[in-house]
Amino acid sequence: MKDNKKTSKASVDEERYILKESNPAMKVFIYIFLAIWALINLFPIYFMFTFSLKSNEEIFGKNIVGLPKEWLWSNYSSAMNTGNMGLYFVNSIIVTVSAIAISMMAAMMATYVITRVKWRGSKLTNAFFMLGLTIPIQASIVPVYVVLSRLHWLNKYSTLIIPYSAFALSMAILICTGFMVEIPMDLDEAARIDGCGLWRTFFKIILPLMKPALSTIGVYSYLQCWNEFMFANVFISDSKHRTLPVGIKALSGAYTTDWGPIGAALVIATFPTLIVYVFLSKRIQESFIAGAVKG
Amino acid sequence: MANNSIDLSKQKKRRDFIQGVNIFLFLLPGLLLFVSILIAPIAVSVYRSTFDWNGFSEGTFIGLENYKELFTNGSIKFMVGLKNSLLIAFFSVFVQLPFSLGLALLLGRKYKGERFFLSVYFMPVLISTVVIGQLWLKIYNPDYGVLNMLLGALGFDNLKHVWVGEVKTALGAVIVPTIWQYIGYHMLLMYAGVKGVSADLREAAMLDGATNWQVDKYVVIPIIKPIIRVSVIFAVTGSLKTYDLVRSLTEGGPFQTTEVPSTLLENMLFLRNRYGMGSTISVMLIILCFAFALLITAAFKEKDN
Repeated sequence: MKDNKKTSKASVDEERYILKESNPAMKVFIYIFLAIWALINLFPIYFMFTFSLKSNEEIFGKNIVGLPKEWLWSNYSSAMNTGNMGLYFVNSIIVTVSAIAISMMAAMMATYVITRVKWRGSKLTNAFFMLGLTIPIQASIVPVYVVLSRLHWLNKYSTLIIPYSAFALSMAILICTGFMVEIPMDLDEAARIDGCGLWRTFFKIILPLMKPALSTIGVYSYLQCWNEFMFANVFISDSKHRTLPVGIKALSGAYTTDWGPIGAALVIATFPTLIVYVFLSKRIQESFIAGAVKG
Repeated sequence: MANNSIDLSKQKKRRDFIQGVNIFLFLLPGLLLFVSILIAPIAVSVYRSTFDWNGFSEGTFIGLENYKELFTNGSIKFMVGLKNSLLIAFFSVFVQLPFSLGLALLLGRKYKGERFFLSVYFMPVLISTVVIGQLWLKIYNPDYGVLNMLLGALGFDNLKHVWVGEVKTALGAVIVPTIWQYIGYHMLLMYAGVKGVSADLREAAMLDGATNWQVDKYVVIPIIKPIIRVSVIFAVTGSLKTYDLVRSLTEGGPFQTTEVPSTLLENMLFLRNRYGMGSTISVMLIILCFAFALLITAAFKEKDN
């Protein structure tokens, strides 16, 4: 504690209660524990990457958990060509990006009139949208499936885009609200005095100020859509419109004995997210916190 | 004068009307999505759950027969599915969440490398459950999987199993990855709460001679209780909705011992053409999710008093 007093004033507040672990053995024990848990969480990623580059002989005996002796990039070309992972990847991007764009726009418009315009029923409308946070995706699957199949609307991109947008909406509105109430109301006042209506105020003033919110909302919806499996599995039966999770499931059924290409497919589906995460980890974590804590 | 005020009130009415129309137009995209994909289908599900219906014909109204059958007809396996998902919920609440809380409290003490650990622990949350399922299938593989190899190397040959294929181990093989994957998620939420506890409060407690553990127990945990409540609700409703990992790992087998409500729901549609019964399972899921959410909220309120 005496040493701490010498440090600059700002950091005193930060550091004054740090690690007053009186017992050094305890400290070592805690670090070992933290490190082991970190390894357990990193292992699957390491494991998937290494076996995506191995031959069957290495995977099945000679070299299970080590680095690949021979880096077999051909596993990736089999995953891309025979396994169609390239197509599924593009499909996933189309579906995810469209769903994010639609839900985000719909959420911002709704949040704008819920939080910044005075009218009876705005609270009720908000509560109505918040129902979506508890409703399981399974709840609507039977009727939606029946309606879509009657309309011959299965096996299209929009078959997934529309439901994904709908299921991303509640969380998007919740996160949006947190950001939108922070914008000073004076801005709306000033705009109104200048003769701006709701639409001009929304598009010219509010939307540009919502830029920081976009990534927070986007991250959440991205993970929801990119990884969604149940709707994709039920609604899409032709291979042209499969998304990555369904594609992987199909691939693992086709390649039961050849693990390398499956590993490559797993890497293709996962690493884009992980690479973005390495650079934006704080943003991504904040988005999850915003989504839950305010709920 | 009189004319004028009538004009004014007319104008105001007109303005209000336009305002109303505009508000409606702003809400329209969201409402369309929300009502057509969530609210209306749920209403239809409730209605159709009272029918014996194959999805294409008109179907026959049978009242609450589906609900009765769901709980009494053993071949539907709903009780098995419900029991399994409740078991997952139990392990989530009593194993996963305490572990997450422990990590959050530890990291909240500002160890060196706190951010690194936090980021690594959160990683599994970002990975698709289908990918997690495939990875664990490889780990569980009876001949070449890491798990059996490890057991063999340590000399525990008698502990080797066909993990996802044996009745005794299959459910456990589903539960372990489920619990593991979301530890980081709950940890992150709780960590955010722990970080919100002011340094002054901790300091005050420490000056009173409290140890780290005591500060956590008597200062931090009571403050982050609302977050713990959210975590418990997410963990339980999430468990009820389990689907991806079961589909990836066991497909509900062996002998349907690892079915969960969502896989049964899918079976009703594609294997049995029983859309009425499928709707019934949907409705049961909604009821269970809301009931548990309310129950948990009430339980936390009770504790506060």
